[in-house]
Amino acid sequence: MKLLDKHIIVALAFLATACGKDDDTTGYVNQPTQAPLDIPQIFSDNILNPVIPSDNPQTIEGIALGKKLFFDPILSANNTQACASCHRPQNAFTDIPRFSIGIDGIPGVRNSMPLFNLAWNYDELFFWDGREFSLEHQALEPVTNPIEMHNTWEVVVQRLQEHPEYPSMFNSAFGNGSITKEKATKAIAQFERTLISANSKFDRYLLGLAELTPAEENGLNVFMDENRGDCFHCHGNPNNPLWTDNQFHNNGLDATFDDLGLGEVTGDPADNGKFRSPSLRNLAYTAPYMHDGRFSTLDEVINHYSEGLQDSPTIDPLMKKVDEGGVQLTDQDKADLKAFLLSLSDPSFINNPDFQN
Amino acid sequence: MKKIFSLIVMLLLILNCSEDKDDNLSLVNMSNVSFSFTHDWDGTLINSSNLQTEIVTNEHGEEISMTRIRYLISRFELVNDNGDSYLFDGYKFTDLEDETTYNFTPTNNSIPIGNYTLRFIWGFNEADNVDGAYLDLNSASWNWPAMLGGGYHFLQFDGMYNVDTTAPSPFNYHNGTARVSDGVFEQNFALIQLSTPITITNNANIEVKMNISEFFKNPNTWDLNVLDTPLMPNYDAQKMMQENVLSVFSIGSITQ
Repeated sequence: MKLLDKHIIVALAFLATACGKDDDTTGYVNQPTQAPLDIPQIFSDNILNPVIPSDNPQTIEGIALGKKLFFDPILSANNTQACASCHRPQNAFTDIPRFSIGIDGIPGVRNSMPLFNLAWNYDELFFWDGREFSLEHQALEPVTNPIEMHNTWEVVVQRLQEHPEYPSMFNSAFGNGSITKEKATKAIAQFERTLISANSKFDRYLLGLAELTPAEENGLNVFMDENRGDCFHCHGNPNNPLWTDNQFHNNGLDATFDDLGLGEVTGDPADNGKFRSPSLRNLAYTAPYMHDGRFSTLDEVINHYSEGLQDSPTIDPLMKKVDEGGVQLTDQDKADLKAFLLSLSDPSFINNPDFQN
Repeated sequence: MKKIFSLIVMLLLILNCSEDKDDNLSLVNMSNVSFSFTHDWDGTLINSSNLQTEIVTNEHGEEISMTRIRYLISRFELVNDNGDSYLFDGYKFTDLEDETTYNFTPTNNSIPIGNYTLRFIWGFNEADNVDGAYLDLNSASWNWPAMLGGGYHFLQFDGMYNVDTTAPSPFNYHNGTARVSDGVFEQNFALIQLSTPITITNNANIEVKMNISEFFKNPNTWDLNVLDTPLMPNYDAQKMMQENVLSVFSIGSITQ
């Protein structure tokens, strides 16, 4: 009878576990607390769900760790620069200089990208040239970039392990075991995914909570009119409140290229001069503009598309009337377009206490 | 005895975790169909590898390069010899840069074996073309402006023409709802009916071929020097596109 019991118990135990999901609980004192993203209605009503890697779910402990790392200069070689040095909350997580200055006083070659709604970048290609797949991989690079933090991950991991707070925070977020760069960037990615901006005046207008001025209304029409601005093919529309397609375009900045952009990554000459469309949210805080920060005002940006286009072999055909320099907007349409664009800025995002150090 | 008991439990375990295979046992004459789309320019295969590098000549004689081709079709329907129709759910959004979008397997793809012809809707018909209703299409920025009737693009075909000259120019051959005048719109979808018989004897994959050159060819020979961009608000251009799309598609090989 006892032997029969053993057979049954073993078999039933196998039965109970065989179909279940594997949950690796090894190493945790307490399981981290799940903290799914709070998806704004304007997103859930209109676009697909955010991309959350199955091996890096959002947790309270992971987000807290990521936030601490994001604001901590411990990541840089000389302990002077954090991610937040070039990605400042008050600037929608970009910064003011055309090119950010690294720890050795050397400027980079591209404008720091603003950070928000990153989990809705469905292709998960990051940087202006899309060279990194996934936020977790993206976060690895600035630490070792010689003109940014100019550090090594070995040094960073060593410092974190010797720190009075980090080891327990890593344990809480990812279980016992060594601190690794992968865990660090997972945490940073979790924090970055919480940087959601969806409360602009235009968002509230779409929700029936605000009214547009006549200028903003005409500006929206300029934006959506193929005869005038035709901005919507690359920069979203009221049904795509990301205000970017996250795709790569040559938007007619130059006739020849010092910076190949996507072409440098793919090696395909057809991709030369292409850069990822940035979101038009929060333009009020993100000057200067373009991948190289060449335009310091929105007026300059609008003038570029209106009469400043430069032809080149890879220019996107969506750049109309290249031979005339652009779409030739009237002064009124330019002013109204600017008013509409500014309605996409979200002061509650840059002032969100959850995103401050 | 004891071992037998354990074996029975283990057998139950295996059955417990395996997929049910007997659901369709009574449907022995049913087949599952799927669709694969291929794209060519008068016989030259166009895919993500050569979309942006192939130089082609349209019917009117302009040399063109292609940058982007995306299109939408819906309401796939197979009709058999008796006139019985099998309407498949879903819609197909194809981006020539992304070959994973070339194939389409409807969820309800089971039909009796038999002889069929295929028809589908170019774009969305009026009932389906609801502004903002499809989250995946919104996410792809596939929307058609409200000022032009709203809903979705049916086609986005961008490229350059006169690329053999010193002054290539852009074209944006975009198709969707036609605007008659301010606030007045006309449905512009097309019913594509392919008369080639399709004999289904087993699970089958049906190749549907798109000859891109036909957009510029039949019945309207397209002069890009006159009609390049903007075309979305151009009623006549939109109706010409609706006519030209009718000869774009054909049936290719049937694999089963």
